[in-house]
Amino acid sequence: MHARKLLALVSVVMLGIAGACGGGGTTETPSPESAAPSSPAAAPEGAKVDESNAGNVTGKVVLDGTPPKEDVIKMNADPVCMREVKGPQTTEYYIVDDGGLANVFVYVKGGLDTKYVFETPTEPAKIDQKGCRYHPHVFGLRVGQPLEIMNSDPTLHNIHAVPKVNQEFNTGQPIQGMKTTHTFSTEEVMVPFKCDVHGWMNAYVGVLNHPYFAVSGKGGKFELNKLPAGTYTIEAWHEKGGTQTQSVTIGAKETKDLAFTFKAS
Amino acid sequence: MWLHRFARLVAAGTLLLIVAGGLVTSTGSGLAVPDWPTSYGYFMFSFPLSKMVGGIYYEHGHRLIASTVGMLTIALAAWLWWQERRRWVRRLGVLALVAVVLQGVLGGITVLYFLPAPISVAHAGLAQMFFCLTVTIALVTSDGWRRRYSCAATETRPDPSGDRWLARLTIATSATLYLQILVGATMRHTGAGLAIPDFPLSFGALVPPRWTMAIAINFIHRIGAVVVAVLVCSTFIRVFARHKDRLELVKPTVLAVLLVAAQITLGAMTVLTKKAVEVNTAHVATGAVLLATCLLLTLRVHRTRLDEVAAHDQGLEPSSFTPAAAGPLAFDVRRSGR
Repeated sequence: MHARKLLALVSVVMLGIAGACGGGGTTETPSPESAAPSSPAAAPEGAKVDESNAGNVTGKVVLDGTPPKEDVIKMNADPVCMREVKGPQTTEYYIVDDGGLANVFVYVKGGLDTKYVFETPTEPAKIDQKGCRYHPHVFGLRVGQPLEIMNSDPTLHNIHAVPKVNQEFNTGQPIQGMKTTHTFSTEEVMVPFKCDVHGWMNAYVGVLNHPYFAVSGKGGKFELNKLPAGTYTIEAWHEKGGTQTQSVTIGAKETKDLAFTFKAS
Repeated sequence: MWLHRFARLVAAGTLLLIVAGGLVTSTGSGLAVPDWPTSYGYFMFSFPLSKMVGGIYYEHGHRLIASTVGMLTIALAAWLWWQERRRWVRRLGVLALVAVVLQGVLGGITVLYFLPAPISVAHAGLAQMFFCLTVTIALVTSDGWRRRYSCAATETRPDPSGDRWLARLTIATSATLYLQILVGATMRHTGAGLAIPDFPLSFGALVPPRWTMAIAINFIHRIGAVVVAVLVCSTFIRVFARHKDRLELVKPTVLAVLLVAAQITLGAMTVLTKKAVEVNTAHVATGAVLLATCLLLTLRVHRTRLDEVAAHDQGLEPSSFTPAAAGPLAFDVRRSGR
């Protein structure tokens, strides 16, 4: 009984108390309408897009200003990474060519008739860990589409997805050539990936239930093809620049050009 | 004597473990090993050293040290159980064993569930409790404690546990410090460490002009630092005013003042260096040492009272227990057996 009191006295001290990334912003820039689009008829439930009458959205993402200096990556935490890459390494937030900004995820955010159905691809999207970097750095896939995660490095990686809506996962890949597959059950833009072994490694995936997305490539160019006629909200996302949206209306077989401009910050 | 030395070893190992845990959080390596209790499928002790790279070095290193401390704690609890005559000390050994097992399980859960803040904070809080337990065991198995910090058969100096102000002050200091560490752990595991980016002001003002949960946690930790500093300084003044002839109180009191100064400096540097790994980890470790120091002081101040409670527990009549008259080892001799 008193031992309890004693213990209580000793332990009273211990036991008794026991998106926005800025920049970018949202801009609503109505697309200049050179010609009145034919008003699309409402799609019947479960309809597939009539690709023969579909239109396209093409465009370019531009970086306004001088790209900020990239951060130096010290890979000396893992001798294998040092061996696998050549020369000094830096982050690659701003890959700019001819004023065009790469690695911007562009997608149809709104306006798509929900009655359309799109087959889920069985071909997996792929992400590889090579040279202690993720390849690709930004990409998109469909809800339910398999994502094949591969480790091409002769060192250990863990791939750790940190979604807000989907299920978080953290998978270890200790052996070179290992592959694992994962699927996402819900739309989410963007899901960050990181490697907790190599703190500099990160990637982003946009998960959508339709096929209208693209990642700007070299020169900042992108294309969203085979869109049914209609008015859409198009969003562009960049890991440092944030998001921008524009509205665009396309008619049957029409191609509209869009330009997104991110300011160098 | 060897038991005491072993207890000190366990306490030192636990401090090392806290440093390793601090490094895991400071480097963001908490999930560098995704599985538990295995490490990338390997049995913990067979994981190749060559694969301990990047964040794995910190996370797996933390697990190895934790396992070692766990085994040392088992040995300590067994040693106490078989050799220690004081029942309450034996129970401390068992409590330490339970704490270290629970701590290991919390560590596993926090990995498997992707570092949920409440579990991570509980893991950090229990780490400090376990450290305090090991320090307590090391203290109460020491010669000084057994001899009541006096070689004289007759003690003429006033008993510090009779100094009510000091008795209350030391408990309040240790308790407040533990709370402060819990707030710090909450700040650390919710990513609120730089919610207020400047120091000593908050957004250029004495009080933050705007509030979020992260800013509130950060600001409470700053206020807590001031409260702890005031309490430690008050203890220092009281000890020097009334008990400056008791080295067993003077030494930890001076050390506590120095540690508080170092800790506040490290806290400021943590903000100003934007959580530099070394500084951030040193802040965690210094907090643990400061807590242990304050606890040690508290226990020494309450030495006689603890004896009285223990005497009751061992079946001795309160009136028959007069350690000062009976000599320094009276309590051990007069025990009534297990």
